[in-house]
Amino acid sequence: MLTALIVMSGIALVLGAVLGFSAIKFKVEGNPLVDKIDAILPQIQCGQCGYPGCRPYAEAIAAGEADINRCPPGGEEGIRKLADLLGVEFKPFGGGTVQKPKAVAFIDENLCIGCTLCTQACPVDAIAGAAKQMHTIIAPVCTGCELCVAPCPVNCISMVVIEEKITTWKWKYPVYALAPVRRSAFGRAPE
Amino acid sequence: MRTLYQFHGGVHPPTNKTQSTRTPIAPAPLPGKLVIPFHQHVGNMARPLVKAGNRVLKGQLIGMPEDGVSSAVHASTSGTISAIGMAVVAHASGLPDLCATLIPDGQEEWVTHEGMAYRTAAGADVRLALRLAGVVGLGGAVFPSDLKLRSGKHKIKSLVLNGAECEPYITCDDMLMRERAAEIIRGAEIMRFMLDAEEVLIGIEDNKPEAIAAMQLAAAASDDKMEVIVVPTIYPSGGAKQLMRILTGIEIAAGVRSTEKGMQCFNVATALSIYRALQFGEPLLSRIVTVTGNVRNAQNFEVLIGAPVNELVALADPLPDTNLYIMGGPMMGVPLPSAQVSVVKATNCIIAASDKLFPPPPPALPCIRCTRCAEACPADLQPQELFWFAQSKNFGKAQEYSLFDCIECGACSYVCPSHIPLVQYYRFAKSEIRALEHEQAAADLARERYEFRQSRIERDKQEKAEKLAQKEMTALAARQSAATPEAAADNSAQLRIQAAVEHAREQAAAARPKNIDTLTPRQQAEIAEIEARRAKAREMAHPDAGQPKE
Ligand code: SF4
Ligand code: SF4
Ligand code: SF4
Ligand code: SF4
Repeated sequence: MLTALIVMSGIALVLGAVLGFSAIKFKVEGNPLVDKIDAILPQIQCGQCGYPGCRPYAEAIAAGEADINRCPPGGEEGIRKLADLLGVEFKPFGGGTVQKPKAVAFIDENLCIGCTLCTQACPVDAIAGAAKQMHTIIAPVCTGCELCVAPCPVNCISMVVIEEKITTWKWKYPVYALAPVRRSAFGRAPE
Repeated sequence: MRTLYQFHGGVHPPTNKTQSTRTPIAPAPLPGKLVIPFHQHVGNMARPLVKAGNRVLKGQLIGMPEDGVSSAVHASTSGTISAIGMAVVAHASGLPDLCATLIPDGQEEWVTHEGMAYRTAAGADVRLALRLAGVVGLGGAVFPSDLKLRSGKHKIKSLVLNGAECEPYITCDDMLMRERAAEIIRGAEIMRFMLDAEEVLIGIEDNKPEAIAAMQLAAAASDDKMEVIVVPTIYPSGGAKQLMRILTGIEIAAGVRSTEKGMQCFNVATALSIYRALQFGEPLLSRIVTVTGNVRNAQNFEVLIGAPVNELVALADPLPDTNLYIMGGPMMGVPLPSAQVSVVKATNCIIAASDKLFPPPPPALPCIRCTRCAEACPADLQPQELFWFAQSKNFGKAQEYSLFDCIECGACSYVCPSHIPLVQYYRFAKSEIRALEHEQAAADLARERYEFRQSRIERDKQEKAEKLAQKEMTALAARQSAATPEAAADNSAQLRIQAAVEHAREQAAAARPKNIDTLTPRQQAEIAEIEARRAKAREMAHPDAGQPKE
């Protein structure tokens, strides 16, 4: 009886030590849920969600402070993925939210006065140019967040919708005729 | 006799090849206008080197290959470039792409060109020559050939020459082998040399007896170890992996490259253009195109790259009920957006289609999971599962089931009793997955840049704060020293004075009166007495004597 007690408490002690040790040794850095949410968000960094970027929004979702349906660039697909991840119900966008076609900013270099206000606004450093020099968008890294449009004092930035090119063209979902459902021998459509 | 192997599945659609093999290859007349796309190959678009108004010579480089995977584009004849701009090209999307429009002058005036000694030149130079000659795979894949001719880390044992041409209606390789076997063999010798392969295996389907005979004759004349191997007619024996399997029995698993198994496969027409490029310095300017289907005179033509499809099909006299042109065969081909598009390097066949020739498929029924498609699939996939996942947009699952090993051969759709357009689903799923991967990469880049910017702003802030602190410190120090400049000056003056005083005292102490050396004890006592009195007097005058006063 006593041996059993000693053995059991010995095992408990060892396991406890292992657990405690692994808790320290394999401590996860940062918050994995935030990372997972952030991986789903489109990283446009536009702030339309009401947060200053995707990561802050991810943090707010993880903390339960924000709804999952506030990111227009992510689309319904994004909401669905978030709902999946968090095990909550899918929620449609609030009224009036539309997903815009993908665009990049374009600076009219004849009008640009080199004030650098746009470079300060751009969340991904997609605008090149020094003070008092004209500025240019580095199109491949521009996320199309539109944050640079409003600050420009001479209104020289416009958004240009990215047109489909042969290299970005996608095969469409097949559309074809389906045979009408045949009636069963009893004159009723099968259930 | 060589033992042949079988690949999984395969189908036997009617071949419909005899219509277009009755007459030899005819050169297509020079068209009134050539529209030459700059992106005819796998990889990056070639960079235009000419402007509207430039006169170009036949074979002149007009599009420079750009970075990595790319290939060159040439003027197919001499004439004037009338425009560089967007035009609808031979692509399923029907979208425009960058093209050079060339108005031929009819002179056919060649740019200076000459062959190279490819056996003595460095391998890299030979490959560069092929790249600049715009040589790409002519079997339909249009992958730059120079990249396949690198002798990589794997030893290539067998060079496989693909003359199977399994797809119905298409006969361009058949006719080429009949008429230009010797040149194809020369090309094969070059490729064997470049890859340092031990043997050349030439696979041809048994429905091309003339081509087999011609190739056998030419191969026998070669010093290299070459073998023409007759393979049974079964679709798709011309798939690279399938043909290699038939010829060598080696199965190339999903996601594995043939080079890892010591094999490399080229189309016969590619071999010929490699030969012409290296022997004569002739870039790829034309190709053989089968024009068949709903036409009176189905035939093969040698066509300049850039020739308009409508002028080409007119040579074969299409029947009036023709309502669509298909580029490629009936199994894998794509409908052309219009007959105005031009022939490109990938155009092996143009089929004039009509509702009579290709009746629209009966309406589709739900999948009954009969698995006939799986039996027919030459890539040994589960097409019914792939269909299910593609249809429900479950792309991750589709990839798990090796969607990207599907060669889009259409064997599954061909046998499906429910007439489901299966390949359309696979193409849809593949392009969706590619787009998603692209989006993911863009998002990752944006995240990285955003985080970098955040950290930079943070760092800047910190640096600024530090600088501010530094400034304050120096300002403080400056203020302190600024508050006592005279004191500091005083200090130094005091020190000097002190030093002088001390010096004087030392001197005074050292300067002993000269007459004291020989003093009588009485005199000494007197002196001592006087000294004592002095000291007393000094003591009385300054209570803190002994400490020299300032
Ligand atoms: S709304 Fe904009 S900033 Fe917010 S999560 Fe979506 S993309 Fe990111
Ligand atoms: S350039 Fe303008 S639109 Fe593009 S990412 Fe920067 S701020 Fe956004
Ligand atoms: S052949 Fe057609 S019906 Fe049969 S399992 Fe395949 S997809 Fe389904
Ligand atoms: S199209 Fe793809 S899935 Fe269908 S039979 Fe061919 S390889 Fe198999």
